[in-house]
Amino acid sequence: MATFTVNGEERTVDVPEDTPLLWVLRDELRLTGTKFGCGVAQCGACTVMMDGTTRRSCVTPVSAVEGANITTIEGLDTPESQAVLAAWEALDVPQCGWCQSGQIVSASALLYEIPDPTDEDIDRAMAGNICRCATYQRIRQGIKDAAKALEA
Amino acid sequence: MTQSRRQFLASAAGIAIATTLPLPGRAQSGAATAFAGDGAGGFAPNAFIRILPDDTVTVMIKHIEMGQGPYTGLATLVAEELDADWSQMRAESAPLDNETYKNLLFGLQGTGGSTAIANSYTQMRKAGAAARAMLVQAAAAEWDVPAEEVSIFKGVVSHGAKTSSFGPLAAKASNLTPPEDPVLKDPSRFVYIGTDRPKLDTVAKSTGTATFTMDVYREGMETVVVRHPPMLGGAVASYDDRAALAVPGVTAVRQIPQGVAVYATSTAAALKGRARLSVEWDSSKAETRSSAQMMEDFAALATTGDRLPAETVGDSDAALGGAAQTLEMEFRFPYLAHAPMEPLDAVLEVKDGRATAWGGWQFPGFDNGAIAGALGMNPQDVRMEVMLAGGSFGRRAQPSAQIGAEIGAIAAAAGGNGAWKLVWTREDDLQGGYYRPMTVHRMRGGLDAEGNIAGWHDTVVNQSIMAGTPMEQMMQGGLDPTSYEGATKMPYDLADMTVDWVRAESPVPVLWWRSVGHSHTGYATEVFLDRLLEMGGKDPVQGRLDLLRGDMGRDRAVLEKAAEMAGWDGTRVKDGKGYGVALHESFNTYVAQVVEVEDRGGQPRVTNVWAAVDCGVAVNPNVIRAQIEGGIGYGLGTVLHNAITLGDGGIVQEDNFDTYRMLRITEMPQIHVEIIPSDADPTGVGEPGTPPIGPALANAWRALTGETVTTLPFSARAGA
Repeated sequence: MATFTVNGEERTVDVPEDTPLLWVLRDELRLTGTKFGCGVAQCGACTVMMDGTTRRSCVTPVSAVEGANITTIEGLDTPESQAVLAAWEALDVPQCGWCQSGQIVSASALLYEIPDPTDEDIDRAMAGNICRCATYQRIRQGIKDAAKALEA
Repeated sequence: MTQSRRQFLASAAGIAIATTLPLPGRAQSGAATAFAGDGAGGFAPNAFIRILPDDTVTVMIKHIEMGQGPYTGLATLVAEELDADWSQMRAESAPLDNETYKNLLFGLQGTGGSTAIANSYTQMRKAGAAARAMLVQAAAAEWDVPAEEVSIFKGVVSHGAKTSSFGPLAAKASNLTPPEDPVLKDPSRFVYIGTDRPKLDTVAKSTGTATFTMDVYREGMETVVVRHPPMLGGAVASYDDRAALAVPGVTAVRQIPQGVAVYATSTAAALKGRARLSVEWDSSKAETRSSAQMMEDFAALATTGDRLPAETVGDSDAALGGAAQTLEMEFRFPYLAHAPMEPLDAVLEVKDGRATAWGGWQFPGFDNGAIAGALGMNPQDVRMEVMLAGGSFGRRAQPSAQIGAEIGAIAAAAGGNGAWKLVWTREDDLQGGYYRPMTVHRMRGGLDAEGNIAGWHDTVVNQSIMAGTPMEQMMQGGLDPTSYEGATKMPYDLADMTVDWVRAESPVPVLWWRSVGHSHTGYATEVFLDRLLEMGGKDPVQGRLDLLRGDMGRDRAVLEKAAEMAGWDGTRVKDGKGYGVALHESFNTYVAQVVEVEDRGGQPRVTNVWAAVDCGVAVNPNVIRAQIEGGIGYGLGTVLHNAITLGDGGIVQEDNFDTYRMLRITEMPQIHVEIIPSDADPTGVGEPGTPPIGPALANAWRALTGETVTTLPFSARAGA
């Protein structure tokens, strides 16, 4: 049993305490925008916000989430995420799309921490998010465009 | 996909290849009927288009959308001829219907070989033109004016001051007979083809709302994970499921032909249960050699094996015998996993003798047959829902219907009504076989006294992709062209050349992997050629241009363009950076690339890639650029990092992204793409960006460091 806030709503789930948050979000809460890619925090497809920082939900047991504030792609709605989404649309970043929820969560978090990121900042923040379609060039450009839009 | 594979698929389906007009909306096709009948007042002029009173135009997309862009591409073709406004366009995946939704190049429904636009170009335009003609006719009748005087622009039908959107005309149009042979636009009047507009799936994929197979949940559904053999070709000898069954949520453990299946009420429980299974394996029919041993065996086969001639021009033996200088090189390519980001998965629901299967079905008819077979049902009682797929790169294009067979076996073992979701983990994916074939190229070349190439001999050793599948019957003279395509039919004027193939055998299942044979032939031929040009004192670009046959104008144009984009001046090392070039046509699309590489502590870091592509008419330039960028990233990560290796006893060593490393953003070069203007029929772009990046990098790296990398990946080099 664990109780925590997801996208602004308090939720209680009755699952074993070692259940990964990823499967709680998907199987129990049907928030399927958060994706499974590796299960071992190597790919970033499962990235969510937990109390203001990015978190790999596939290796986060639900016991560690008790009382926490979780935001998934479905609930992501900040000036940064809006700017990122607009940039993603303008550049048509996604190809297959599987990794993009995680990319957008990570990119939005980066812009909140560093409003005007350098290439090195982008590399550091985004290196944990694999895109097998290799949309990286557009991800990089999208982050820069979003930063510019936020500054304006 | 080669012409021969296309012919096979056509004959397998018993359907002649033909450019056909789409069927009328209320024809016998079940899918078409469903399409026409689901909206009151809707208009379905054929099985591909539905126009509703709310003005939306939905295009039924017969190709799976896995990131390569057919939702947008095929909808563009319809919108162009329909003169629709882009904002009213929608896309939906077509369900299985091997006749109505067949790939015109295959003869059955299927996606692969970079054919989606190529085979749909005329068909989808005609579908749109037919709908347009009917809307015009409906408006003419409504307004009592001559049809020739009615025009349509961006979704507005008009005659003088009278205007209408599509919706109000839909009911009237639906009573008309579709024209037999609607007139297509002259390309000079194109407004969408050749320009950029937003992709139809971008928003859903950026907001977490796109529905993939793994996102499907059904009432009472169980999640199933399968413990597969750790050696390829292995089988279950015995297993102990007591610990697994003790896991809360695990409902059953059943042996199926593919392994041991754990059924549970949640994914987490299924995974925990599987981890507690104890399984003994029977490896008597498995590959138990290490891949290192297999590579030695394959290399030996290049000289001792049964060489089948794939292409012979002139007399390469005589030319090599008389050459002033000769060069011999051996290239070694490892097994590769496709590693799509969405691991393989499927959902199957069985209810009272009927079933529905959700999946990334790339050839839905094959999986339909496998599921029906497993359940003892008629294929037409199994509905196939083709879902958005989180990548494929060839992995979901399975003549063996691997996933259909597995989810079918899972349902059959459980028996009765129910719903099951099969989830593969990354470990299942990387260790599950169906790899790009491990390959050896033994190459010999000669130069005459002037440094011109005199003699070329390429012996390719690998397993056949087609052998042992339903496609085996179309291998002629024992040859599988997918094993060596791209080593043959080169654009260069090599007067004396031989390409032969030795078929290696192994229980390791192999499959097409983004660009298939070109994934290794492009590397071997373009690196070897570069060495020969260097030995002969030729410039890599000019040397290639001089070698191109006179009728290879499209190869010439992309090579010249890529060189121009890169500012190529014959200097192969500048300011500590190396430059290399490669040219390779695949799937009738021509691509040349120039790579700029730095040496970062003995490791290559690609900083820029200039790519020129000729794919005929550029339907969606932005999608083309995206596919070339992605194809380059996919190929680059592979040549830098990737090998599937079998250890002692044939156990696969790589199990996740920590050991099978993906290209990350830190390694992505800046990629510059230019598309050659063309009015030739459009060809595909999903694969052709991949083959040139490896050899262009290798040639740049050799220029910079003097080292020729002949065993891939780069990370396998001594000291790397």
